[in-house]
Amino acid sequence: MTAHQLNPNLWVDAYADYLFNYAISRVSDAEVAKDLVQETFFAGLKSAKNFKGDAAERTWLIAILKRKVIDHYRKSNSTKGKAEVRMSYSANSSADGDWLEERIADPFSTQENSTLENKELGLAIQSCISKLPLKQAQVFKMKTIQGVSTEDICNELGINPSNLWVMIHRARTSLMSCLNKNWF
Amino acid sequence: MNSCDKAATICDKAQYGEATLIEKIKLRFHLLICKTCATHSQKNTKLTSLCQKANLRVLSDQEKSKIKQELQNKL
Repeated sequence: MTAHQLNPNLWVDAYADYLFNYAISRVSDAEVAKDLVQETFFAGLKSAKNFKGDAAERTWLIAILKRKVIDHYRKSNSTKGKAEVRMSYSANSSADGDWLEERIADPFSTQENSTLENKELGLAIQSCISKLPLKQAQVFKMKTIQGVSTEDICNELGINPSNLWVMIHRARTSLMSCLNKNWF
Repeated sequence: MNSCDKAATICDKAQYGEATLIEKIKLRFHLLICKTCATHSQKNTKLTSLCQKANLRVLSDQEKSKIKQELQNKL
């Protein structure tokens, strides 16, 4: 196995979206997630000389990001009283008979599971996208996630529409097989 | 270009709502007679719905270039 190397110049293009989705599924705030990703890159840069080459770049960056997420929650909990959960007997007087028994989680609800699943699905898709060739990934992201129109993409990247559709088709086909392996 | 290739292209366009009515009708006809394309089309639609369900987010180009620049400064 060849030792992995770090290319900080390519980090943002290759991993920013993946890390961003990872962060956002944990802090559920786009601004905070963005800051965390940025801090992760900085920390990676700072400790690049400690990188032994055992793990792939992305795994290493994710490990740093995990620490950053934990730090974020530590910081926000360090202010006293914020971590405390307050629950009054009846929050609003209009809801008479709002008993504590009625407030427990519904054991038959599958809603929590589906949000969890969606988060994991997002990560699975994102990691599949990051395996695509850069150009294909770029086109696919612009088209599918940002919803840029075909014309605009063609103008911006200097390609013609049939070229674009070929790229989209290749991206979608490899995504399908990748998701088949990793998701279903 | 054979008709399966055409069908695949139309199917991709349809995922983004960019296929014309005539194209859609052509695609429907092709799917009736071609099992392979029918499966592909099904999977393709599934991928679209998964992508929507996952609620994917990306950083905008401005934000990325900003991060890039700050990384460059630290290098």
